[in-house]
Parts: sequence; C-alpha cells; structure tokens
Amino acid sequence: MASLPRSPRRRPPIPWHLAVFLGPAVLLYSAFMVFPLLDSLRLSMLAPDGGFAGLENYQRLLTDGNLAPRFWGAVQNNLVFFGIHMLVQNPIGLLLAVLLSTRVLRGRAVYRTLIFAPTVLSVVIIGFIWKLILSPLWGVAEGGLDAIGLGSLFEPWLGLQGSALITVSLMSVWQFVGIPMLLFSAALLAIPDEIIEAARVDGAGPLRIFSRIQLPMIAPTVGIVAILTFVGNFNAFDLVYSVQGGLAGPEFSTDLLGTLFYRTFFGFQLQSGSPTLGATVAGMMFLMILFGVCLFLFGVQRRLVRYEA
Amino acid sequence: MAQLRRAVTPTAVGKHALLLGYTFIALFPIALVVMNSFKARNAIFGDPVAPPMTDTFTLVGYETLARRGDFAGLIINSTIVTGASLVLVLLLGAMAAFALARYRFRASRMLGLYLAIGIMIPIRLGTVSILQLIVGMGLANTHLALILVYTAAGLPLAVFVLQAFFAEVPRELEDAARVDGAGHFRIFGMVLQLARPGLAAVGILTMIPIWNDLWWPLILAPGRATATLTLGTQQFLGQFVSDWNAVLAALTIAIVPMLALYLVFNRQFIRGLMGGALK
Repeated sequence: MASLPRSPRRRPPIPWHLAVFLGPAVLLYSAFMVFPLLDSLRLSMLAPDGGFAGLENYQRLLTDGNLAPRFWGAVQNNLVFFGIHMLVQNPIGLLLAVLLSTRVLRGRAVYRTLIFAPTVLSVVIIGFIWKLILSPLWGVAEGGLDAIGLGSLFEPWLGLQGSALITVSLMSVWQFVGIPMLLFSAALLAIPDEIIEAARVDGAGPLRIFSRIQLPMIAPTVGIVAILTFVGNFNAFDLVYSVQGGLAGPEFSTDLLGTLFYRTFFGFQLQSGSPTLGATVAGMMFLMILFGVCLFLFGVQRRLVRYEA
Repeated sequence: MAQLRRAVTPTAVGKHALLLGYTFIALFPIALVVMNSFKARNAIFGDPVAPPMTDTFTLVGYETLARRGDFAGLIINSTIVTGASLVLVLLLGAMAAFALARYRFRASRMLGLYLAIGIMIPIRLGTVSILQLIVGMGLANTHLALILVYTAAGLPLAVFVLQAFFAEVPRELEDAARVDGAGHFRIFGMVLQLARPGLAAVGILTMIPIWNDLWWPLILAPGRATATLTLGTQQFLGQFVSDWNAVLAALTIAIVPMLALYLVFNRQFIRGLMGGALK
C-alpha cells in the first residue's frame, strides 16, 4: 500500500480514484490479516516476560518433554487426517463428478444439488449428527449394521483410541466430498465433447476414456484439490472441538494442530495458556503450509503446465 | 439423437444406482435428525428410522428450546455478522478488483500479489495477535470484531475472483461511457452491473464459511449477547447433551436457515462455486 502514492510521478494528476478504490480493502486486509500474521511470528520469539527469546520457544515446542509429544502427535494426526481426505474424499468426489459429467444423464442437477447439501452446513452440526448416529445409546449405526448382518462389527468408534481419528476424518470426508465433486465437475465439463465422442467412435470404453483423456485433462484441478485439501487441514478445529472436546480425546488421539494451537494459547483444565507458545504453534503451522504450497507450486504444478494448452 | 438409446443402457442404470446410493448416504443423517426431532423420546429410541406418526409426534424438544435457548437471537446475530461482512467483502473487494483489473499503474502487479497471498494462508494463524488487537481496540465481545476479521479474511479471494470477472467486461463499453463524460465511479457502477454473476459467486463463497464458523465467535465474541448460531448451538448441545428431544430440535433449527437458503438458491450456489472455481 505504501507504493500507491508513488505512481503520480509519471502521470501529473494524482490518481485519487485509485486510492479510493483500493484504500479500504488494502487497509482492512493489512490491519486485520497481514499485520496479525507477522505480529504473531514476532510474538512467537518472545519470552513470557516480553523479552526477546529468539527461537527458544520453537526449541521448547520441538524438544520439551511435555510439549514435544503433543506437538509431534498432532503433526502425525494431521497427516493421517490429510491422508484420509486424499485417499477417500477426493477419489469419491472424482467418481461422482465423472458420473455427473455424462451429458445425457437424467436428473443430473438434482443429484448434484442433493449430494452437495451437507457441505453448506456447519461442521459443528454435522459432527454432532454423526456423534448421535454412532452413539451406542441411540443405536442407529448398530441397528443399521445388524440389518445387513454385520452387527458384530459395531464398536463405539469415537471412544476408542485406535479408531477415533479415522472416524472423525470420515465425518469430515462425508461433509466435504461435495467440494472436490464440484471442482472436478467444472473441469470435466470444460473438456470438449468432440474429443470424447471421437474416442468413443474409435472404440474406447469409459475406463479408457477416463484414464487417457479425462484424467490427464483435469490434472491441474487434481493439483488444486490437493493443495486446497492440504491447507484446509490446518483449519480443522471446529469438528474435533465439538465432537471430542478441547482435549481431543481419547488420550489426544484426535488432536490436530488446530486443537493443539487452541489449547496452547488458551489453556485447558490444568494446563495454563500461553500467548507466546500459542504463537509458536501457529508459526510452525505457517512453516508447514509454506512448505506444502511451495512443494506444490514448484514440484507438482510445474509438471502439470504442459497439459494446459 | 443418442439420448434415447443411451438412457436405457445398463451403464445408465449403473450410474443411477451409484448416484442414488450416494445421495442416500449424503441425506440420510440429516433426514434422520430432522425426523426424530418431532418424535417422542421413546419413539426416538424405539424405532429411529420411522417417520413421526400421529401417536409419536411431539414438539417437546422445540418447547425446551423456546424456554431455554434464545435461538431467534442467535439467528439474528449470525445474520448481522454474516450480512455485514458479506456487504463489506463484496463492496470493498469489487472496488479493489475494479482498480486492479481496469487501471494500469506501477504497483498494480505487486498489489495484486500482496492481496492474493491471503488466499492460501489461513487467518486463524494470526489469532494470538488478532485477539490482542481486538481487546486493545475495546472490541472484544462485539459483532464489529467478527465483521472486521471476516472482511479481512474474505477480501483476498473476492478480489482475485472478481478481477477475472471484471477483465471480461468489454473495454469498448467503458470507453463509450467515458466519451459520454462518465466518471470513474459511474463506470465502476456500470461494470458492476455487468459482472453480477461474479458477485453472486463471490457472495456465496464468502457467506458459507462465515455463517458456519466456530473459531472466531468462540475466541472474539463468546458472550451470550453476541453469540452466533453456530457457537450458540455448540454451547446448547454441550449443556443439554442428555435431553435428546432438545438436542435434535436444536440441530434441526441450526440446519434449517442454511439448508433453506441453499435449496432456494441452489442454482446460484452450484454455479457460483463451479464458476468461481474456474476463474
């Protein structure tokens, strides 16, 4: 924003209209987004008394006997959470999009509207609905499994350390599958009909058309969906907080970086909160996002460019 | 021409079976909760998948809500916060996008990049500093705090998407208007009119996450008077966890506003999300 007033040097009249058009947005964005993000990095380098501590907080977070296990646990859980979205949510979204890309399919718009419906609702509501359905008290999930003869498979998945994280991840997958579905749909619809028709005339089946034409042509969207999924992971707080509570139980098995950040900043039960350590957790999340986005931009995206013509 | 032939092939039947199956998976949990919110407690547990009948129908959950939870207030709070943020994001975002798309000046590329960075970085990472800032300004527990943060967070994507829409408006129209003596702001209004689909797309992309957010209300405005629907529902569910009628009624009330909006404007929602994604 500081560079705005410089432009009049070349053009004699001061471009006031530019300042009026750009000023409010740039100011609000700078004050409530850019400044806090930078200031948060500064706070992560302060000691609790306000003195400069350098990278001490980071060192503590990564090695301290009490903090490090929680941090590395959350990193690991976040990776599992991300992996399940990549392996379950995005393939299902792609499959639905391929099914919906058939131009002559009846009721296409209705299917799309209905399947997308859960995505517009709050994670808090979705989480609670699934919590009720999976509850042994209500017995809907158990009854459903019983009805197809699999009743013995039922377990209180949310309460078990081994399955809680997978269960929570699948709830999130169920809710957000509509987003990759729409993004892939948009990309598939952009493929010219003639190409697919020509392949069909040449005798290519649906699978071959998918693997040889559709998939390569929507490759850039696959990359975008992957990076959106990755960044979205770091926002995953609401679901765990409302389904499993701030302690992300059982035994921190559903603790993600979002819930760890919240607890470190505000404290929870016996643990007291610390703004500087909270900012440190945010700093680490920032680094991971930066790493992921750079990997995407310089690794994946560059290789995809050749498909865009 | 191929339509008739293809509609009855086994492939089409298979596709419908898969899509119907997934539609059921997507809607069953929601329908289950809405249905059971109108049933008596023993019917909720006795036969969860049965719809409410005359002998099992009850509004007792909603009566508890009316007595114990201020859901009308929560919906009003959410409407104020989401509405104000939406207006600000659209107005300020359109103004900035217009300047970046329509005027060439030295800093325009840099400025566009500066604003675009915010698309990839979650604003939540600045929470520690934002809370200090909001408390320092005396805005803790106000709607304004939420509106400022949501607006700042929504602007990057809005500017980015609207810029693409504005760039498509033919320049000849603008030149003609300029010859007729229209000023910068008249032309802005004109371009805005022509880019209405873009505004709808950005509006929907902006609105959904704000309405559904738990993080910022929990941190910046957790007070009873300012609580949004998402936060209020979350707190209510925690308190009434053993009162199944009340819990199911609260979930239904929380589902209804967004779902109704979605079903009425589903065309705009889908087109907005798909179009916004393509730009």
